[in-house]
Amino acid sequence: MRKVLVLFAHPKFEHSEANQVLIKAISDLEKVEIRDLYELYPDFNVKVQKEQGRLFESEVIIWQHPFYWYSCPPLLKQWIDLVLEFGWAYGPGGVYLKNKFIMNAITMGGSDTAYSHEGRNNYTVEEFLRPFEQTARLCGMKYLSPFTLKGTHRIGGEGLNQKAEEYKNLILQLRDSENLDSLNYIR
Amino acid sequence: MEGFFAQAIIYILAAIVCVPIAKKLGMGSVLGYLIAGIVIGPYLLGFLSEGEDIMHKAEFGVVMMLFLIGLELEPKNLWKMRDLILRVGLSQVLVTAALVFGIALALGFSWRISLAIGLSMALSSTAIVLQSLKEKNEMGSPTGKLSFGVLLMQDIAVIPILAILPLLVVSGVQTTGGAGGSGGLIENFPGWAQTLFIFGAIGLVVLLGRYAFGPLLGLVSKTKLRELFTASALLIVVGIGFLMQVVGLSPALGTFLAGVILANSPYRHALETDLDPFKGLLLGLFFMAVGATINFSLIAENTSIIVSATVGIILLKALILFVIGRSKRLTLPENLSFSIGLSQVGEFSFVTYAFASQLGIFNVEISDFLMAITALSMTITPIFLVLLDKVILPKMIKVEKNDRDMDEIESKGKVILLGFSHFGSTLGRFLRANGIEATVLDYNPDQVDFLRKMGFKVYFGDGTRLDLLHAAGADEADILISAINNAETNAKLVHLCKENFPNLEVMVRAKNRYDAYELMEMGVTNIYREHLDTSIRMGEDVMKKLGFRSHTIHRLAQNFREYDEEALKILVQYRNNRKEYISKVKSQIEMQESMLSGEMAKKFSLNDHAWDSDSIKKSLNSEKS
Repeated sequence: MRKVLVLFAHPKFEHSEANQVLIKAISDLEKVEIRDLYELYPDFNVKVQKEQGRLFESEVIIWQHPFYWYSCPPLLKQWIDLVLEFGWAYGPGGVYLKNKFIMNAITMGGSDTAYSHEGRNNYTVEEFLRPFEQTARLCGMKYLSPFTLKGTHRIGGEGLNQKAEEYKNLILQLRDSENLDSLNYIR
Repeated sequence: MEGFFAQAIIYILAAIVCVPIAKKLGMGSVLGYLIAGIVIGPYLLGFLSEGEDIMHKAEFGVVMMLFLIGLELEPKNLWKMRDLILRVGLSQVLVTAALVFGIALALGFSWRISLAIGLSMALSSTAIVLQSLKEKNEMGSPTGKLSFGVLLMQDIAVIPILAILPLLVVSGVQTTGGAGGSGGLIENFPGWAQTLFIFGAIGLVVLLGRYAFGPLLGLVSKTKLRELFTASALLIVVGIGFLMQVVGLSPALGTFLAGVILANSPYRHALETDLDPFKGLLLGLFFMAVGATINFSLIAENTSIIVSATVGIILLKALILFVIGRSKRLTLPENLSFSIGLSQVGEFSFVTYAFASQLGIFNVEISDFLMAITALSMTITPIFLVLLDKVILPKMIKVEKNDRDMDEIESKGKVILLGFSHFGSTLGRFLRANGIEATVLDYNPDQVDFLRKMGFKVYFGDGTRLDLLHAAGADEADILISAINNAETNAKLVHLCKENFPNLEVMVRAKNRYDAYELMEMGVTNIYREHLDTSIRMGEDVMKKLGFRSHTIHRLAQNFREYDEEALKILVQYRNNRKEYISKVKSQIEMQESMLSGEMAKKFSLNDHAWDSDSIKKSLNSEKS
């Protein structure tokens, strides 16, 4: 059983039904730790050592966040800037994250068609997530293809619960299955 | 058993034995008192025979209860309930009275007797229902609100009922003066004068509540003699009760009105605290008296008639209430506890029976029968309610439960704020700006007056008094904030809360680190040194003015503050060892200085290379060479 660390960043969690449902679905799972970054660091003063400790203990890391302006909310970027230090996460001696699995789990208002070369966002979600992918790669991590919850402006009730169940099963799979290399990730 | 002491001992002993047992069995105190009354009544142990007498005296407990309920209900909330009281309450009273009237007619009673029975039976027991709603903490629930609306209408209805009864008297029968308050001293005046007196009395209560009681209580509270305050509170309730009786209104209604008017006053919690024990004792006595008046020999002789009549009236009332609850869109479980809760015949009916007997409408036999039915119904419905709560509802609610846990984020907890000086008022303003209305207590009458004029809802009272904390709702509150600028008071308060409200989160203002140590040693975790944040913030600004970058300084200030709090936790352990303490403090200060010394971030925390590219450059250079 792998230890899963969910780094969750939402500046107004109390107003996000989609993220509430997702977080609820994966709460209270054994060996799955959720770190609610906006609750822990309202002042953006991320505790680097503490975060590095948690990262080191975990084998699977999830960045769960809404997709704001084609990226993550600022505190998660702050977290990346501060925690993934030179000489710890990458560079000489930066070996502590090697071979861990990492994945974005994102919620977004727009629909599938909007995120395509023909759609009004011009690029696919995977393309927008390139900075995350490359960050993972630089740290020697295996970047899994993202979990996405699209069209949050319209989805509700049953559809939402179904997606949450899917998310939970994915996390359980990441935690339990023997070999994750079969899971689709970008090499 | 003769003599006051012997009597008192019997009552108190019976209550002390029966009520805890009833509570243990989950039955609520009302049933406990009723059973206690039955046990010591004439048919079991035979200790007392004058249940009715006592009942009339103990009815004052109901009066007090309504005063206290009024205190919790502000006028604007009462106004919001007008539709509920008028439409729901009135339809319950009228429909029930009409149906009972019809049934009694069908059973062969004369129309006079039938009407009197119908009107009496329409009333439910305010004492039983409200007491159990309060115990279950359901006053604010849909069931509680609807029940309260109906009960209030019934209390109002007592006035016209007592006015109608004399009209039913067959001419020639002499009336022997008003019972139960009707008529009173003004019955010899012509009708228009009586009406005038009634409105005058109500107006007087409103005026006194608005302008006289507040200053009176303020004056008394300045003497700091507690018993004087209690006496004044009693004077207010007894006085209004008497005034209402004189003009022939229900004393309960009058005191309720006074309570509503005083609900806005700063003395609300202090009044509640002082009157609550009296109310509790009198109500207990009242319920015991009801239990003692049940005429078991009459019931034994006419078991089938009385039992079927009792069950019949309960069913009939419950059915009407159920239809009303249905029309008000109560859910099935809510509706069941509403309709069964109010299905008994109430204590005011004893008054109307006595009155009707005196008027000669009822003969002794009918009156005894009705009394037995009423007392029996008052005993049975609490048992039904227990069954409903313990057996039936748990099953139903399990089915209806849906997953809405996430709503918790929106729900606001209850907060009590003690001390409303500059510190407390700033805190209170911040909370209020974000929609959290704390219950505020302050012990300075002038300060309270002043802040009230400024529009703050502040109550007068000493926050270190246990009963006052109870009245302010410390049992249900989530957080108690002490913004009191006195270490001794705070220590007392912390002990009090630890002992009595273990679930209450206590957050305390501390003057300096020495006060903080004291509090830490008492196990308080939420300690707020009043100068800490302000001085650091000021320091931040100083450094900004000296040319440092704002964000860097901001981060350092945050670290400094956290460091200071951590250091406090370490230092508290060395506090009693003077020498070691001084050396510890010294090293702490050195650490703090190093935080602000030349190399800033790097030296303070070896791990903080935030946005710092020096190490990368260095490593690149070494690769090249």
